[in-house]
Amino acid sequence: MRIPFIVRFLKATPRKGWIALGVFAIVALVLLPALHLFTAKDSALHVSDYVITVGGKIMCYAIVAVAMDLIWGYTGILSLGHGVFFALGGYAFGMYLMRAIGHDGVYQSDLPDFMVFLDWKAYPWYWSGTGHLLWALLLVLVIPALLAFIFGFFAFRSRIKGVYFSIITQAMTYAFMLLFFRNETGFGGNNGFTDFKRILGYGITTPGMRVALFALSAALLMFTLLLGRYLVTSKLGRVLAAIRDAESRVMFLGYNPLWYKLFVWTLSAMLCALAGALYVPQVGIINPGEMSPANSIEIAIWAAVGGRGTLIGPVLGAFLVNLAKSWFTVAFPEYWLFFLGLLFILVTLFLPQGMVGLWRKLRGREHGA
Amino acid sequence: MRRRLLKFLLCIFLSSGVPAWAALDAKLLQQLAADASDEKIAAINKLAQTGDADGQGQTRREVLRVLKALSEDALYVADGKIVLVDGKRVIDAASGEEINPAPTERDSIDINNRVRRELASALASLRLFSPERETRFAAAQELLDHVDAEMAPLLVRALATEADPQIKQLLTLADAQLGLKNSDPTARLAAVKTLAGSSNPSVKRLLVPLLDKNVESDERVRLEAQSSLKAIDARLAFADKLSRIFSGLSLGSILLLAALGLAITYGVMGVINMAHGELLMVGAYSTFVTQTLFRTYFPGALDWYVAAAIPLAFFAAALVGILMERTVIRWLYGRPLETLLATWGLSLVLIQAARSIFGAQNVEVANPAWMSGGIELFANVTLPLNRIVIIGFSLCVLFLVWILMNRTRLGMFVRAVTQNRSMAGCVGVPTGRIDTLAFGLGAGIAGLGGVALSQIANVGPDMGQGYIVDSFMVVVLGGVGQLAGAVWAALGLGVASKFLEGWLGAVIAKILVLVFIIIFIQKRPQGLFALKGRFAES
Amino acid sequence: MKRRNFIKTLALSVSLAAAGITSFHAQAADTIKVGILHSLSGTMAISETTLKDTALLAIAEINAHGGVLGKQLEPVVVDPASNWPLFAEKARQLVSQDKVAVVFGCWTSVSRKSVLPVFKELNSLLFYPVQYEGEELEKNVFYTGAAPNQQAIPAVEYLMSKDGGGAKRFVLLGTDYVYPRTTNKILRAFLHSKGVKDSDIDEKYTPFGHSDYQTIVADIKKFAAGGKTAVISTINGDSNVPFYKELGNAGLKATDVPVVAFSVGEEELRGVDTKPLVGHLAAWNYFESIKNPVNAEFIKKWKAYAVKMKLANAGKAVTNDPMEATYIGINMWKQAVEKAKSTDTDKVIAAMAGQTFKAPDGFTIEMDKTNHHLHKPVFIGEIKADGQFNIVWKTKGPIRAQPWSPYIAGNEGKQKL
Repeated sequence: MRIPFIVRFLKATPRKGWIALGVFAIVALVLLPALHLFTAKDSALHVSDYVITVGGKIMCYAIVAVAMDLIWGYTGILSLGHGVFFALGGYAFGMYLMRAIGHDGVYQSDLPDFMVFLDWKAYPWYWSGTGHLLWALLLVLVIPALLAFIFGFFAFRSRIKGVYFSIITQAMTYAFMLLFFRNETGFGGNNGFTDFKRILGYGITTPGMRVALFALSAALLMFTLLLGRYLVTSKLGRVLAAIRDAESRVMFLGYNPLWYKLFVWTLSAMLCALAGALYVPQVGIINPGEMSPANSIEIAIWAAVGGRGTLIGPVLGAFLVNLAKSWFTVAFPEYWLFFLGLLFILVTLFLPQGMVGLWRKLRGREHGA
Repeated sequence: MRRRLLKFLLCIFLSSGVPAWAALDAKLLQQLAADASDEKIAAINKLAQTGDADGQGQTRREVLRVLKALSEDALYVADGKIVLVDGKRVIDAASGEEINPAPTERDSIDINNRVRRELASALASLRLFSPERETRFAAAQELLDHVDAEMAPLLVRALATEADPQIKQLLTLADAQLGLKNSDPTARLAAVKTLAGSSNPSVKRLLVPLLDKNVESDERVRLEAQSSLKAIDARLAFADKLSRIFSGLSLGSILLLAALGLAITYGVMGVINMAHGELLMVGAYSTFVTQTLFRTYFPGALDWYVAAAIPLAFFAAALVGILMERTVIRWLYGRPLETLLATWGLSLVLIQAARSIFGAQNVEVANPAWMSGGIELFANVTLPLNRIVIIGFSLCVLFLVWILMNRTRLGMFVRAVTQNRSMAGCVGVPTGRIDTLAFGLGAGIAGLGGVALSQIANVGPDMGQGYIVDSFMVVVLGGVGQLAGAVWAALGLGVASKFLEGWLGAVIAKILVLVFIIIFIQKRPQGLFALKGRFAES
Repeated sequence: MKRRNFIKTLALSVSLAAAGITSFHAQAADTIKVGILHSLSGTMAISETTLKDTALLAIAEINAHGGVLGKQLEPVVVDPASNWPLFAEKARQLVSQDKVAVVFGCWTSVSRKSVLPVFKELNSLLFYPVQYEGEELEKNVFYTGAAPNQQAIPAVEYLMSKDGGGAKRFVLLGTDYVYPRTTNKILRAFLHSKGVKDSDIDEKYTPFGHSDYQTIVADIKKFAAGGKTAVISTINGDSNVPFYKELGNAGLKATDVPVVAFSVGEEELRGVDTKPLVGHLAAWNYFESIKNPVNAEFIKKWKAYAVKMKLANAGKAVTNDPMEATYIGINMWKQAVEKAKSTDTDKVIAAMAGQTFKAPDGFTIEMDKTNHHLHKPVFIGEIKADGQFNIVWKTKGPIRAQPWSPYIAGNEGKQKL
């Protein structure tokens, strides 16, 4: 008696998890958008465009953090190059956004402004078709997936693990960053893509579009959490945890870790890419800085601060670290790096399980008393 | 060189006594302060000629002194007079007498590049007759760089009196460059033949037109020019290769210094120390602090501040490293991936600390005089002294580390812990202390790397970030805990990057190197020099 | 258990979010808020930190004289951390949360490009104080730095002149991003117009943060053997030190191959040993060594401020071109607000046209009536051993900016908004 996939997928998340998601959905998909769209600007209830864009941005980060946790917290592989998948997704969607500018650029040319100043006369081949939204979305998924698959296949086949794997992923993202910094690569060099105008003909700065992107990010975050829950509770998830805890034993038991790792690695990359694609129109710029090794390390830090090996942890971590950053950079512009640095040190030293671990500990104590 | 010259001038000044000053033409001197460069240059050339005219050399020395002051921004206008400023003393340039009391207001005579260039030639032409060999040699080299037709009589005179063969050769080359314009084909032929011995690319520019029938009518000269060009080209190509290898070695030695400390800490404790770059920064800032201290307290010994900075940087970085190990890393033992995050936090704190203490701007660290400039191997290849010193320095550090690791008890313990921690613990190695010491050692070596970096690159809060990826690549490529591996990896990466850079440009070269490392790790996951045995698989 | 966690943590995160965001809200309206958007951490902190301090100095000075429209100015300093998307976010925060009347900020082209859509959308004002590549003219931005014709072209003309050494061959060396690319494109067209052939122009780019200039310097040496050569450097701040150190040690002297730089000023030279650099050039619209009473006053104020605020290295505080541009910008904005009697963006923009200010560069400079750029004088200075500049050439007076370079095809008739 085989249970249909969709039923298994939905059943993986317990009822109270669904309730939480429902609450989140109401807040993120209905309440906040409504408060942004339908209240007066000076009303106390008004949710400003700043909150919507920052919220959308952080939700994209949260998706990346969950994707990172699937590979790190659940499979024990620390990637220091997840930023590259995020950025590639962003760039793929950015190509569509650039073409959607049409003639409204500075030079009123068919080509994006940066190609005009490089004296290019036509789009290079890899830009073909990117004017179509669907093709661009396909690229968003396929390019990072392909990169992750090829890279992962060779790395996992040679059984590169631990810090070695972390370092070569760092080398990968660094190499991509350098490549994209070059103006001749054809992605706008250091400036990257910016000054987007519209998606499918709708202005990108209109409140409706902003809310739509916000809601989409929230929806993708919820989907990522559901998918994550389904994966980690499935047989596959248990094999992954076993690989994390004792890879050699898993091999002796007759499993080939290669395909398990490769699957979750590629999936994680695709989730990052989708998040990147949603991130770009919301922040209005994509450039190679997103591929810098430091950014990828930060992704790992979100997961660690929130709590690895849980699904809600990374989401929390992404929110906490980014809000802290937003607040510190204004409140203590000169000293905020001290706070951030200390936060990372203290969390790793005293909260190995992150915020979630702390929460559990506190609750455990309550029960004991 | 310059110091010697100063000494030389001082000698003249002292030996000649104060009053022996043949008055210089005050009008000409005034012209030095003219606004227009043309007038300034005319005055300089005229002064140089008057210097030449005096058989005794007395006027020459005075002209030399005035022109040198001009080139060093030490010539001023005060009360309508041209004065030399030498420390606190103010001397009337025309009479050579000290003005007492010194005038309160004075305007400096500023010169631009064009004047500076003419001044350099004028100074060189005067110095060509100096009694000091070194001075003459430098002057001849300077002249060779800007040969022009007006020099002909000067060269003839200098060639007649010059005895030193090396200087004579330089002068002959300069003379031959003028000889190319000679109307007599045999003179031209001789000049072309002489120039075959040159390795200056600008000579090539003179010879190339001679291959053209319309320019050079004499067949023999044309043929000779061709073979001379071939000889020069061969020498230039050789020099070019040499400079590539040198720059590769130089880059490699820097990578080695940056990565050596990491190789030790990473090998012993298996932790990724993301704050390693900041330890380099600590070393570099220590150098800066030492320099500042020397400037304030021992200005006379300023040139040796680098030597004093070496131990200071080592201990400062080692101290920071030991503190890091004791307070953070020790508690994360066995959790290498978390260590990475904690050390990342540490690096943020250290960067911000540097920014708060020293400011966000880069600080100035000057090369001491003995590390400034370079050795000119060929006209197109100068090996910068600071890079040569750094190559030597990295070899010394490497040697000391090798001794420490292979010839001392501490080294043996460190190796034991690297290879098999629990076994080492069982036979009584105090692993905890060894960890601390090894970490301190690695950090100290990074501090030494910082001293080296301060001599070629920026010293600023962010400086360490640029080296972290590269040092990891070296360690990973070389194999964990392997000094030999780190050496080969660093030098190999350095030379390969430089050859690729010359061919494909800096960015593609770097990308190719990274791709190569990624592929290489697939083939040899444990690096170039893998530890063999059971412990290899963690 | 886990689900309850989820709900609680969700509640926690939402309240955190609310707390984090609402705390920024504007308070009383008896002050005028002014945003300062300069990186205080990350790679650009090197250059931008002093601009933040200059802005604070100018604001303190205005406040000491009674403020603007009878209100004190309240600076809101944020740190966009050299992170370009963060620039856009912080700009939005300053304008829509803190309700600042104007923002002074940005350094790199990409940070400006990143915030532009925000200022356009929210119809707010940005004063941009750094020399840049041009090819832009936005209603919401006032450019107080130089356009290419106010810096790059006069510098090249000087190099080709007799006093500049009569250069025949040019190495255009830059960091690979939009400012050097565009500047070099303009310069190449300009050099063509002066009869310089492509074979005598060598255009080279290095990546950001490049620190090993051995190969580049060897190539320059090789190129220079072919005739009188000058290097036009648009190398970005951080890479200049390794470049100049290599240049000095490789025996390339300013008298042989002069390097003229557009991003090296007094502040950058503080971090360099200047002895080997003597004679290399920089082109700016302001040097600290300009002698006039306004500048003497400006320098004095800055040095006193640096000591008072205990800025790092205050004893060696210097002034430079972007600082002067920041100073001019804030004062002109103040004048415009007083003329418009309002901080309303459109009214201030209208009032800005034709504003004049007695600047430290020794001229009374004017904001152009149509193109949002200042009319600026151009100076060319040679580096002296003490890290200051010896001014070897200057324009007779301020020249008008051409944000749309006539040397780029298709720019004709784009000079106005």
